[in-house]
Parts: sequence; structure tokens; C-alpha cells
Amino acid sequence: MSRYAGRAWAVLWKDLLVERRAKESANALLFFTVTLLFLFQLALGTDRERLEAVLPGLLWLAVVLSGLLGLGRLFVAERENDCWEALRLVPGDRSAIFVGKLAANVVLLAMLEVVLVVLVALFYGVALGHALPALAVVMALGTLGLAAIGTLFGALTAPLRAREVLFPVLLLPAQVPVLLGAVSATGTALAGRPLADAQPWLGLLAAADCVYLVLGVLTFEFVLET
Amino acid sequence: MTASRRLGWLAAAALVVGLGAAFGYAPREAVQGNVQRIMYVHVPAVLTAYVAFGLVLVGSVGYLATRALRWDRLAAAAAELGVLFTGITIASGSIWGKPTWGTWWTWDARLTSTAVLFLVYVGYLLLRATADEPERRARFAAVVGIVGAANIPIVHFSVKWWRALHQPSTILGPEPSPIAPPIAHALAANWVAFTLLFAYLLTLRMAVARLEEADAA
Repeated sequence: MSRYAGRAWAVLWKDLLVERRAKESANALLFFTVTLLFLFQLALGTDRERLEAVLPGLLWLAVVLSGLLGLGRLFVAERENDCWEALRLVPGDRSAIFVGKLAANVVLLAMLEVVLVVLVALFYGVALGHALPALAVVMALGTLGLAAIGTLFGALTAPLRAREVLFPVLLLPAQVPVLLGAVSATGTALAGRPLADAQPWLGLLAAADCVYLVLGVLTFEFVLET
Repeated sequence: MTASRRLGWLAAAALVVGLGAAFGYAPREAVQGNVQRIMYVHVPAVLTAYVAFGLVLVGSVGYLATRALRWDRLAAAAAELGVLFTGITIASGSIWGKPTWGTWWTWDARLTSTAVLFLVYVGYLLLRATADEPERRARFAAVVGIVGAANIPIVHFSVKWWRALHQPSTILGPEPSPIAPPIAHALAANWVAFTLLFAYLLTLRMAVARLEEADAA
């Protein structure tokens, strides 16, 4: 077990290191997210009440769209330099690679979300301070589910010709439960109501996370073959 | 006559019987009128679609367990038919909805989850269309087929709650009353007919896939 965790950790550490050293893509992703917020505002106008009413939806749309750009990236990088072959030589249970990649994706998405929430508070003039703990719980649950499907489908589409189109086409319908649950629970959190009000949704998100995680661990072996 | 041909004629005969039952035997529904007869297409279509998606799961697991391409052919054929029958479900429901609810589309829970399901399996077919190497296509499609099937209950509950929490009192009326026996009989006849048609098309599609593979090899 500890060797399994060690392998997953090695993958996670490597990916975060690569992201830190090659800042370009992470920075580009960050600016993409910021631009999205800007566009949402331009498209919807500056009416604060309206923006606040749709804020949970906007927040998660920004996360999902950023995920579309970001989640497949970690595997494409492996493809480009034939690192894939080396990765496949890892002894033992290769689903550890999935866990490591998933962890890296969760960390990267989480960093993006922190920036997103801060910018939303700044640009849209919404006071979020009181809602932060609840928001953190919801975002953690939603991010894990989104990242789990995204990591699996990202690995799957990385070697395919039509990757840019296929990845969204597979990911977007599959993550619908995460989006619905996360938006509803975020609405509860932002309204300042206790999270207990959103308990069914949190339960659904947790269940979805578990299912996607288990599916990823079980099927990743088949994705990794050449 | 081959077994497949016989199955085809059986399906055709069953469809004729089903049509007769839907228009001749079943009475005109008191409240909705003749529009209700769309149900004899709608309900069998959605039941068949669920059977199809179940077979996609069976074929996907079967392929990953055995690596025999006939399981993949089963999954592929079932997915195409599942998308077809889901499409029929949505289209017939929409045609029924216009005179009954006054709108082609509403974000009703079952409508929405059926639409999501449709998109999930269209994605599956698109994946198959772009991955050309047969072994890899089968392997990747199997993974997506398994994820898609596991997602069905999660999608179902999420969409159901999404509607329930946004709109507590549904406009769709009271609890469905018990179905009158003639209507239930006509429904059963059409369900049998659709299942036979599905089985026939499935065998045909699998045979075509086998020929395609032989041709490519």
C-alpha cells in the first residue's frame, strides 16, 4: 500500500514540478479563466442582483470550461515526448499512475478555483467571507468528481486524432451530475445557509466522486496499454 | 430461411400486430384523445433503449475480460441502436408534449436525463468513429461504455433532484392512474414488437461489423 502511495506521489510530484518549471501553460490557463469571468460579465451586463443570482452557475461553468482545457493536458504532455512508454514501465499496479495524475489535476484545479473565487469577490463585488468554509467543502467534492472523469477521459483521448473535440464531447455529458450538485450546493453556501440544507447534494457528489474514482482505478489499466 | 431472416419477419409481424393494437384495439384515451397513442411508440422505445445500454455494458465488460472482438461488436451495435431508440423516445415525447403540455420541450426530470443519456452515448459513438485501430477502439470504447452505464443512476438522481428542488409542485398533474387493461395490452404488444425489432437490427448490425472487420483484416 505504501509503495502504491509512493508511486502515486512520484507522479503527482513530477507533474507539479513540470507545471512549476514550465509556467507557460499554467499561466495561460489562469488567464483563460480570468477572461471567462470577464466575458460572463460582458454577456450578462452589470446588474449586480442578476449576477449574484446566477453566480453559482457561472462559477462552475468557469471551472468546467477551465477543466476542459486543463484536465487533458497532463497526458498530452506525456505523449509528446514519448514519456508514455516510460510511464508504462512502472512495476506493480499501474492505477497508481491514475491516482497521481488525478491528484495533480485536483491540485491544479484547486489553485485555479482559489484565484477564481478571489476574483469573483473582487469583480462582482460579492462578499464571500462568511461562505468560505462551506464553499471549500462543496468545491472540494465537485472538483474531485470533475477531475476524476476528466483524468480518465483525458488519458483515453490523448492518443486520438480528434482529441480536442472528443475530450469535451465525452467529458461534458458525463460530468452533468457533478455540475448539477455542485451548482446547487454552491448556491446554498453563497446564500449563507448551513450546508445541512444541501445535504442530499453533498451526498450525491460524494457518491459520484467514489464511483468515478473506483471506475478510474479499475479501468485505467486498459487505457494505458498500447 | 436463415435465423436472422426469420427474426426479421417475426419482428415485422409483431409490429403490424402492435400497430393494430395501438389503433384498433386500445380505446381512445378520455382526457388526451388520440395523442395518447404516441405512448405505444414512446414507452417501448425507451424500454428498448435501456436494454440496449445495458447490452453496451455487457459487451464492454465482456470485451475487457475476454478480449474477443465479438463482445465489442455487441457493444457497438447496441450503442448505435440505443442512440437510435433514445432519439425516437425524445422525438415522440416531444411530439406528444406539444399538444399535451403546450411545448415541444420542457426541463422535466425524465426528459432531461434521457437527453443527457443520449449525449453520453453519442459521445461513445463519436469515440468509436475516430479511433481507427480495432483493438484500441474496442478497449477505449469499453471503458467509456462502462463509465456511461455506471453514470446512468447518478445522472438519473441528480436530474430528478435538480427538478424537485427548483420546482416543488410539478405541473405534470397527479399521480398516474392505474392503466386500463386494453391500454396495457396494446403497450405490451408494442413492447414485444420493439424488442424483436431491436434483436433483429442488433444481429444485422453485428453481422455487418463482422464483415467490416474481415474486410479490414
